[in-house]
Amino acid sequence: MQACLDYARRMRPRPPLAFEIAAARGVAALSRRLGAGGGTTIPGKLLAELDRDAIDRLAARLAMGTAVVSATNGKTTTTAMAAEILRPRHRLAHNSAGANLVSGIASALLGAGDADLGLFEVDEGALPELVQRLRPRAVCLGNLFRDQLDRYGELELVAERWREAITSLAAEARLVYNADDPQLAAIGEAYAGSVAFGLDDPRVARPSVQHAADSKFCIRCGTPYHYAAAYVGHLGDYRCPRGDDARPPLEIAAREVSLQGLECAAFRLDTPEGSRRIELGLPGLYNVYNAVAAAALARTVGAELHEIAAGLERFSAAFGRFERIAVGGKRILLLLIKNPAGANEAVRTLVDGGAPPVLVVALNDEIADGRDVSWIWDVDFEPLLPSLETLVTSGGRAAELALRFLYGGLDEDAIEVEPKLGDALDRGLELTPDGGELVVLPTYTAMLGLQRLLTSRGLAKPYWERSG
Amino acid sequence: MTTIRVGHLYPDYLNIYADRGNIAVLTRRAAWRGHELEVTPLGVGDAIAPGEHDLYYVGGGQDREQLLVAGDLARKAAALREAVARGTAALAVCGGYQLLGRGYHGFHGEDMPGIGLLPLHTVAGERRMIGDVLIQCELEPGEKRTLAGFENHAGRTHLDPGAEPLGRVLAGFGNDGESGFEGCRAGRVIGTYLHGPLLPRNAWLADWLLAHALAHRLGTDEAPQLEPLPDDLEGKAHQVSAARARSRGGRFAG
Repeated sequence: MQACLDYARRMRPRPPLAFEIAAARGVAALSRRLGAGGGTTIPGKLLAELDRDAIDRLAARLAMGTAVVSATNGKTTTTAMAAEILRPRHRLAHNSAGANLVSGIASALLGAGDADLGLFEVDEGALPELVQRLRPRAVCLGNLFRDQLDRYGELELVAERWREAITSLAAEARLVYNADDPQLAAIGEAYAGSVAFGLDDPRVARPSVQHAADSKFCIRCGTPYHYAAAYVGHLGDYRCPRGDDARPPLEIAAREVSLQGLECAAFRLDTPEGSRRIELGLPGLYNVYNAVAAAALARTVGAELHEIAAGLERFSAAFGRFERIAVGGKRILLLLIKNPAGANEAVRTLVDGGAPPVLVVALNDEIADGRDVSWIWDVDFEPLLPSLETLVTSGGRAAELALRFLYGGLDEDAIEVEPKLGDALDRGLELTPDGGELVVLPTYTAMLGLQRLLTSRGLAKPYWERSG
Repeated sequence: MTTIRVGHLYPDYLNIYADRGNIAVLTRRAAWRGHELEVTPLGVGDAIAPGEHDLYYVGGGQDREQLLVAGDLARKAAALREAVARGTAALAVCGGYQLLGRGYHGFHGEDMPGIGLLPLHTVAGERRMIGDVLIQCELEPGEKRTLAGFENHAGRTHLDPGAEPLGRVLAGFGNDGESGFEGCRAGRVIGTYLHGPLLPRNAWLADWLLAHALAHRLGTDEAPQLEPLPDDLEGKAHQVSAARARSRGGRFAG
């Protein structure tokens, strides 16, 4: 690969775009043939090396423009939901496997030559550059939680960079934002072409703002917000008691939410064009947020209410997010965890559906997981403990994870440490009765490792063949 | 059974790097020895009564949260200094560590006052120092122990001449990326940049703090010996974290 790049650099002056595209596509095919992965980022990396501006030109070819989604949590699912809604009316360029840096989006552009609409999830840190390059007609900002402070820096910094990126949007571009997040509401209210979405159902609110909540002080005066309803982390119906800030009115809202355990969730989607009851094939309040975000974005791009409803109801699961895989007579349920806010929702969803007696949790500390593993101590795992008979911890930081549960109150005899993913999975399956379901909570690279493992055992399709 | 009283300063504001993990470790390790840990949150406006607490804990926060509490902490400074002079132990991590020094001089000239409990001051630097870190300590003469953690700070902390660092950097940046020192220790007060959180994988330091908190409660100079625990998982977690620091701990290029 390096030789390839060196060669490419020597090739300057700039080769024609058609040549670059051909070269990069060739590398994708080669990467798949060598079994090195799905070629979801390598061709894009090559293109970015050859000529970073080529991405701009590829994006400019999309007749219907580009829409992007960024968020700490839920961007893969939100984008996949929007894709499901929009697919009947558009040929999409979509980074469905979650490769959300410049290179991943370049690869998606390369891989979809006949696309008319770009639909991309974008890494929080990469949003400013990609807004410049893609010139999106619509941007969806989902939420901002603390995540990988070792990589992104402090939350305020990310918010500030987003604010600048939004200011630089073309005048006709639309912003859809989660008004339940104070940081995003401030960005949205300052932008003329914005649409506020959120949740409105105090019955499904948390009794109080969670420990891991981030933006719980008024962004204008620093006074703690009062919450009429706190839904996920600091997301909710907030108001500064001194009157300096409050949640803006919602244009698109989920109301009358009903959460049905580990299987599904339903809500009424209210839009200016009317209301629809939506039965979502995914559980949990965070997926209701994802659905409302996808609905708001798709509407901005032109989808009608009946298309939105149909798309959301067709949707099953995005890559590694609430994915079920059959293994013999048993099933594995994969729930990606990567930061306190997201993990708390995974835990809450599991507990609502009947907390499992056996659990495999896998913690890696690669760059994509966050090298700083301190976040596991901010997750409220405790509601899982009363019914937990055996916990198998795995991954590079399996022992650290075991300590999290031990000091959280789980009996040491109930904890098994199996750093190798394969061993942990086998042990978990061994403890799962026939016909039962094994819940596995992996961090990002652990999830990729598990997918590879299941693929090599012939149980799952390689991820680059599963999108669409 | 003894009740150890912990005053947790600003848990609503300074909690960014899983500071409650440190509290959970202190609580369980006290309980396993038959003692009870009573943790009182000390927030903005709450009064400090010197002698009431055996151990103070101050966690880390983002710049914004640190600024929100700095003024209130200054009002608590005299009482905290008196409490520490009377033998209360303290652990301050990251932002809390900076606040216990004389102050933080921001990158754009903005200053945040500290309370001068530790002989040091902090100056903002351009590049953040982020990564796994491993240090060697000798809190008791002849007892060399290592601490493994993670650091993420823009501030460069400079110790006064003659001040005692918490430890010597084996891998990672430490106080300023240059001096080779990490943290600061003054009697029973410890400040450090190591989070992760610090105590689960460095159980010996949790026990050192508990022993000195007990000494305050019992009014003795000498810290009592605590019954040893098996600490198998703690040892494994420490090993992995230490190995990470050795293989990928932060350092400035060149």
